[in-house]
This record gives sequence, C-alpha cells and structure tokens, in this order.
Amino acid sequence: MRLYAVVAAGGFRRFATYRVATVAGVFTNTVFGFIMAYTYIALWDERPQLGGYDQAQALTYVWLGQALLTTMALMGGGFEDELIERIRTGDVAIDLYRPADLQLWWLAGDLGRACFQLLGRGVVPMAMGALAFQLALPSNPFVWIAVLLSIVLGMVVSFAMRYLVALSGFWLLDGAGVTQMAWLAGTFFSGMLLPLNLFPGLLGEVARALPWSALLQVPADIMLGKRTGWALPGAYAFQLGWAAALLAAGRMLQSAATRRVVVQGG
Amino acid sequence: MAEGLRAYWLIAGMWIRSTMAYRASFLLTALGNFAATAFDFVAILLMFSHVNSLGGYSLGEIAFLYGAAAASFGFSDLVMGSMDRLGRRVRDGTLDTLLVRPAPVLAQIAADRFALRRLGRVTQGLLVLGYAIGVLDVDWTPVKILLVPVMVLSGAVIFSAVFVAGAAFQFWAQDASEVQNAFTYGGVTLLEYPPTVFAKDLLRGVTFVVPLAFVNWLPALYVLGRPYPLDVPRWTAFLGPVVAVACCLLAGAAWRLGLRAYRSTGS
Repeated sequence: MRLYAVVAAGGFRRFATYRVATVAGVFTNTVFGFIMAYTYIALWDERPQLGGYDQAQALTYVWLGQALLTTMALMGGGFEDELIERIRTGDVAIDLYRPADLQLWWLAGDLGRACFQLLGRGVVPMAMGALAFQLALPSNPFVWIAVLLSIVLGMVVSFAMRYLVALSGFWLLDGAGVTQMAWLAGTFFSGMLLPLNLFPGLLGEVARALPWSALLQVPADIMLGKRTGWALPGAYAFQLGWAAALLAAGRMLQSAATRRVVVQGG
Repeated sequence: MAEGLRAYWLIAGMWIRSTMAYRASFLLTALGNFAATAFDFVAILLMFSHVNSLGGYSLGEIAFLYGAAAASFGFSDLVMGSMDRLGRRVRDGTLDTLLVRPAPVLAQIAADRFALRRLGRVTQGLLVLGYAIGVLDVDWTPVKILLVPVMVLSGAVIFSAVFVAGAAFQFWAQDASEVQNAFTYGGVTLLEYPPTVFAKDLLRGVTFVVPLAFVNWLPALYVLGRPYPLDVPRWTAFLGPVVAVACCLLAGAAWRLGLRAYRSTGS
C-alpha cells in the first residue's frame, strides 16, 4: 500500500513540475469556459429551466466541466500514451518484472496526476468563472465533500477505461486509432459538449447509463443538488459499479496480454 | 518565399507518401478527424432540438457561420497545424537540426508531420457550409456569391498567421503551447456561434486586437444581411484579404524576432 502511495505522489509531483504549462492550461480552460458560458447563457435565455437547470446552475456546469477536463483526461493526456509506447517498444516487460501489480501501479500514478490537475488546472478557472458569472456553488460543506468523493470515483472510472484503451496496444500495436475513438466518446458522452440531461429521448437514456457519465454528469448533478438523499448513494453505486466492472475487465485483458508478452519474448 | 514553398512541398509530400503506405489507417484517422469535429455541430443540433433560435439566429444562419469558420480553420490546420510542436522542439533541442538545414525553418516546422488526415476537418466544415447555403433564404447577388470563397480563404490565412504568431511566442514561453490552443481552437469555437451571443468587450477584442472577426463574422453577416453588433461600417465585410495580409506581415515579423531570440538548450 505504501508503494502505491509513493507512486501516486510521484505522479502528482511529476505534473507539478510543469509550471508554465499549467499556467498556460489554466488560461486555455478559462478562455473556453468564457466562450461556453456565453453560449449557455444564450441557450438558457431562450429556454429557462432547460434540462431542469436554471441559468446559474448551467454556468456552474460549464465551469465544473473545465475544471474536470484534464482531471478526467477526457481528451487524453493521461498515462495511456506512455503505456501504449511502452507496449509498442517492449519496455512493458520491465514493468511486469516489478514486484508491483501493473494495473494498481498505473492507477496510483494516474490518480496522482488527476489530483494535481484538479488543483492546478481546476480550481483557478472555477474561481475565475465565479468572479465573472453568477454561479450556483453549494454553500453546504458536506455537499462539497460529496462532490469530491464523486470526483475521485470518476477518476477511477476514467482510469479503468483508458487502461483498456492502452492494453489494446498489445493486439493493435498502433494505439492511435483507439485513443482517438476513446476521447471522441469521452467528450461526447461525458456531457462535456452539452449536459446529458439535454440529450433527447433514447440517446439521453443511453448516454446517462454509459460509464462516461460518471466522469462529469454525476459529479455535476451532486454539486447542483440534483442528487440528494437516497439518490446520492445511488449515484455512488453507479460510479462504483462501472469502476469495478471496468477494472475487472482490465484485469482480464491484462492477464491475456501478459501471456502474449511471454510468447513474443520467448 | 519560393524556396520556402518548395521546401514545404517536399517535406509535406514525404509525409503524404508515408501516410499512404498505410491506406486503411489513413482512412480511419481521417474519418476520426471528421467525426471529432462533427460532434461540435451535433452539439449545436442538440441545442436546436430545444430552441428555435440562439442569440436571435436560426439553425441555418448558425450553420453558415459554423461552416465558414470550421472550413477556414480546417485549411489552416491542414497547412500549419504542426506549428504547435515548436515548443517541444525548443525544449528537447531538435530545433537545432532544422537550423543547419539549407531550407527556411518556418517551412520545415510547418510541414513537419504533415497530417493529411486533417482533411477530415475541412470536409466537415465544407459540408456544413454547403448545407447552410442550401437551406438559407438569401438574396444571392454576384458580390455575395464571390464573398463566400474569399471569406473561407482569407479566414484560413488569418488563422495561419495566428498559428505562426503562437509558435513564435513559444521561443520565449517554451512550455506554453496551450496558450496557442486558446486562440486557435478557442477562436474557431467562438466564431461558430453568432456574435450576438457574446459580450461587447469580447467582440472588441476579436475585432480590433486579434482580428478573428474578419474570418467569418463580418463577411458572413453581410451575406446574411445582418448588422454586426459593434458599430463598424458595412464595407469592413470586404476587408478579409487586407486583414489577412496584415496578419501575415505581423506574424512573420514576430517569427523572425523569436527565431533571433532563440538560445539552444545545448543538449
């Protein structure tokens, strides 16, 4: 357990080193936040209470989305490119010799990265948004804790999906196509482009049931008070369920893949 | 200039040949590129499943703005999209290799890893533009017809200048390629929506400081017969090519200044 804590801290520190890049990222997240906020204002001017949100809640959603964009690695930028590269070059064999579990090792490092990006690239854009617009931020500290817990669960779901993407490299050698498909699905089905409760009919129901909704829509609904009381454990169960299922799938794929490495290395 | 174009064409041609070695992979990534940008328009379509107008504009009008901006940006991304790798080259020292070659550095960097798959974005923009022209109820005059291709091309040149200026900034900032994304990807996202959606200060910024408004807003609003929310004369709709040339001169100057300021990492 201590080992993984060290790996997570390493992941955190590694991204904390790029200070200029972080400031540049904050700038970009803020610019995008402003553009999206204005389009949402136009949309909610036309249809107040759209999707059950009022305008302040819709704007809060925009800025939470910017805060979670890199945290959840919705458009890539997590560990997966590195693992794919290690699979392609065969360096992954070294990882397999380590006295650590491959999946937990990368999970720990990626959680460290995600925590840094939540603090480094999430907090400041959110504060800028709160300064420039009327947001509906929760005043109850317990809601904030509930949101944070949900964000952490979202991080695990995000990792579990990208781990599957990375492992596909064992069979495909070139992971570019799969990573691209993954971030396409990530931006669309997480609710990054538009809240999932605005998706019409069956598309909306499917989108809300898919694992990507655990990355942004579920934390946002907790933050905006749409999931309280008994709906709150329901939201966590949804995230935990996807995390467990996807991690288990990753584990199965991993053992199939490691058998393959032995064959290749033989 | 001619030398630069020749170098660009040679390097880009090499990348095209290497891409075409894996045709299936090229088709898939081009399709992915198409889909990636199409989702932005899908989001607008989803918005219009709830409303009939956004900022006072109909779906057809927004599609016209969107298609023009996306096609312009697509062309500049195809030609200049590799410029954002400059920061990495400055950091890892591989820029030095390019400096000793007998070809303009700008051409070498712009053509580096030339990605033909970016045609997916161009195609998507042009399709939406075509759809918009099909559904719009515009009183087409010869001037308006001519203004559409002029708008797309001068817009592409303006975006290219932004790419070069952003890359020049990397000579000093090194690690800040994301700032460039705010102006390129952020800029195109902004222009995909009508100007009435945004605050006046933001409009002043993209009209008089970084002249993105000339990419599509000013010419497109002339075609649509709509007033521009800022108090600017109507003939500014035709200024696109002039602004594009001015942007190129400024970006070129910034580039030379940056290149002169470059200090190798020594590694």
